[in-house]
Amino acid sequence: MNMADIDLTTIWAGIIGFAVFAYVVMDGFDLGIGILFPTFSVGEERDQSMNSIAPVWDGNETWLVLGGGGLFAAFPLAYAIILPATYPLIIAMLLGLVFRGVAFEFRWRDPRHRAFWDVAFSLGSVLAAFTQGMTLGAILQGVHVENDAYAGGWLDWLSPFSLLTGAAVVVGYALLGATWLIWKTEGSTQQRARRLALPLGVATLLVLGAVSAATPFLTYDYWRRWFAMPGVLLTAQVPLLVAICAVTFFWSLKRGAERLPFMTALGLFFLGFVGLGISIYPYVVPRAVTIWDAAAPPQSQLFMLVGAAVIIPIILAYTGWAYWVFRGKVGTHGYH
Amino acid sequence: MFENLDAVILARTQFAFTVSFHFIFPAFSIGTASYLMVLEGLWLKTGNGVYANLYRYWIKIFAIAFGMGVVSGVVMSYQFGTNWSVFSTKAGPVIGPLMAYEVLTAFFLEAGFLGVMLFGMNKVGKRLHFFATCMVALGTLISATWIISVNSWMQTPTGYAINERGQFVPAGSWLPIIFNPSFPYRLVHTVIGAYLTTAMVVGAVGAWHLLRDRANPGARKMFSMAMWMAALLTPIQIFVGDAHGLNTLEHQPAKVLAMEGHYEPSPNGASLILFGLPSNETAEVHYKIEVPHLGSLILKHDPNAPLPGLSDFPRDQWPPVPIVFWSFRIMVGLGFAMLGLGLWSLLARWRGALYDWSWLHRASIALGPSGFVAVLAGWVTTEVGRQPFTVYGLLRTSESHSPLDAAAVATSLIAFIVVYFSAFGAGTYYMLRMMAKPPQAGEPEPPKIPQRAAGITPAAAVATSTERKA
Repeated sequence: MNMADIDLTTIWAGIIGFAVFAYVVMDGFDLGIGILFPTFSVGEERDQSMNSIAPVWDGNETWLVLGGGGLFAAFPLAYAIILPATYPLIIAMLLGLVFRGVAFEFRWRDPRHRAFWDVAFSLGSVLAAFTQGMTLGAILQGVHVENDAYAGGWLDWLSPFSLLTGAAVVVGYALLGATWLIWKTEGSTQQRARRLALPLGVATLLVLGAVSAATPFLTYDYWRRWFAMPGVLLTAQVPLLVAICAVTFFWSLKRGAERLPFMTALGLFFLGFVGLGISIYPYVVPRAVTIWDAAAPPQSQLFMLVGAAVIIPIILAYTGWAYWVFRGKVGTHGYH
Repeated sequence: MFENLDAVILARTQFAFTVSFHFIFPAFSIGTASYLMVLEGLWLKTGNGVYANLYRYWIKIFAIAFGMGVVSGVVMSYQFGTNWSVFSTKAGPVIGPLMAYEVLTAFFLEAGFLGVMLFGMNKVGKRLHFFATCMVALGTLISATWIISVNSWMQTPTGYAINERGQFVPAGSWLPIIFNPSFPYRLVHTVIGAYLTTAMVVGAVGAWHLLRDRANPGARKMFSMAMWMAALLTPIQIFVGDAHGLNTLEHQPAKVLAMEGHYEPSPNGASLILFGLPSNETAEVHYKIEVPHLGSLILKHDPNAPLPGLSDFPRDQWPPVPIVFWSFRIMVGLGFAMLGLGLWSLLARWRGALYDWSWLHRASIALGPSGFVAVLAGWVTTEVGRQPFTVYGLLRTSESHSPLDAAAVATSLIAFIVVYFSAFGAGTYYMLRMMAKPPQAGEPEPPKIPQRAAGITPAAAVATSTERKA
């Protein structure tokens, strides 16, 4: 293996990692609002929380397409192993997202059936978040690979650990949703979000702690990565930073800050993501397939990199602009 | 009910179901994007307000169709891996980058221009807005180009090598992969098909409102424009379809023989079988009605030219003839019905009665959905005709699928059917409800619609922009 394709493959792993994180951060808070939706009162509160994500949610979701399409093109083997291994989860996630996406639109067009579309919006959001979390758990616990193909059964992904990661993502997304609303809304919606944020923050830390505690016991490899010298000097910084983030979060919530709770919640997600990177890299299917095993040939990765290098910065610039345009507080009828 | 079905058949059924549903929306939105470009261009050129009203009428419908196209497209970007993992591993290095480019260009189009197009003119000025509309129309065509390139490569693979892991990899340049032999024909045929699909819908909506009010200027204009499209494009489409068929005969002869229903070779010139019941079991077409020598005349442009038969090919390389035979006839039959409608409209126009002949209007309404049916039938012809291969001649469908359990695929198939029919059924209902309202100056909007930036499902943004204009 020469230097050239090590570089390309690492770059693509970085691009896809970035796309997945961008997706989790951006779709996370609007799925979270879907998860919390039943706790809001019909009318003002629901309309306001919907409006706060209306301009951005579908742009957020396109990162999921980029992640899936990028994985197919740059790491076809990983795509071909992970998707059959988590088949029912992926299908359920897609159906959840379809239902939630159309419910979002149809809610406004068809006020007579708004109650129905509200339920669809909420259930779709919970389903998508839960299955995303379970997919993560299923990948972490390892999948059975033989001869470059998935060789397990169709329910291998179901385990106490994957149920835990599923619940963790639902709780974490709900926290992102609540803190987003503290930032972007006012009045009774904001007060309700504030009341929700405290228990959700505690719950997120608990599940984050539970997943972190369980992961090293899945295999010795994870244990070694986290606790062996000298790596532990580096990995120990992650829980330390989590603690700092958590303290800042509760302090900002108590002080009545509006933006800091969301930012520190994002920080928790980022640290969780870094933790996953420590556990997995350079594997893409843990302990079975590395990014180099799964990589498409260099000419395929290079051809795409040309397009990605031009277009991804444009997408980022546009996304930044959209968030800038819709800065500030949202009213019942959209942004002021 | 699924005990007798194996996972491969179920996986194929599911893929066919989701891709067919997905294909319906782009087939309409490609044509509609170009139609909107023409409407706005004519408005800027002539200053005639009827074009601006029609633009605003159709952009609302376009937005919903576009949104559903993208939502169902998200599913497609994962279906290759869930259902066809072996195919994905093997063909991924070649078709993956083309599909990634499709995603990236679609991103670019949405991010840059759809927002401007939907947000209304008062923000950016007429010329920039028109430019945005043109870019969205161009973007739908670029998107179609990549996808048709992928599909054509699966039909007529070129420019590949096979590496030590059995994967297809680019042999050198990407150009022979992208511009593979069937790509230009399939692209032109598909895009014209999309244009005709839109023309039939626009014509039917215009005709519907003409039957109620012959004086409605918007209805008159859209009906007239759609009938021009039917009259001018169908002859071109029939010509392009013929060329596409000749290309298929060269590269995939078994597919053409299945379309024609020729099991036995015809050394002295082949007949054209109009109708019949083909059977792969007995390798013959029962109850057939045929015209002697016409088949060779169409396919070889010589009535006595010999044609091979499917029996010249190994039995395990035959596509399922009855499906291909009938889907092809449905497509061609509807194509000629559209041609008939176009000619009828020319006659009416010549007599000065385009807006008066109510039977012409009724026929146009009846043919309103015909474009969708024809496009799907054509799709079935080319995809089922490719069987039993996913990459023609090189990778069999039976060796392409994921290691899946029949129960898992059966469950997900049912879930897809339920969710798609309810979600997209509702969307179609909302589109039909908009179409049922006559076009008029100043389209009213439902209140309480939130503000939107551009994104993948832009429907509500339209409402906002119109609201602001009002």
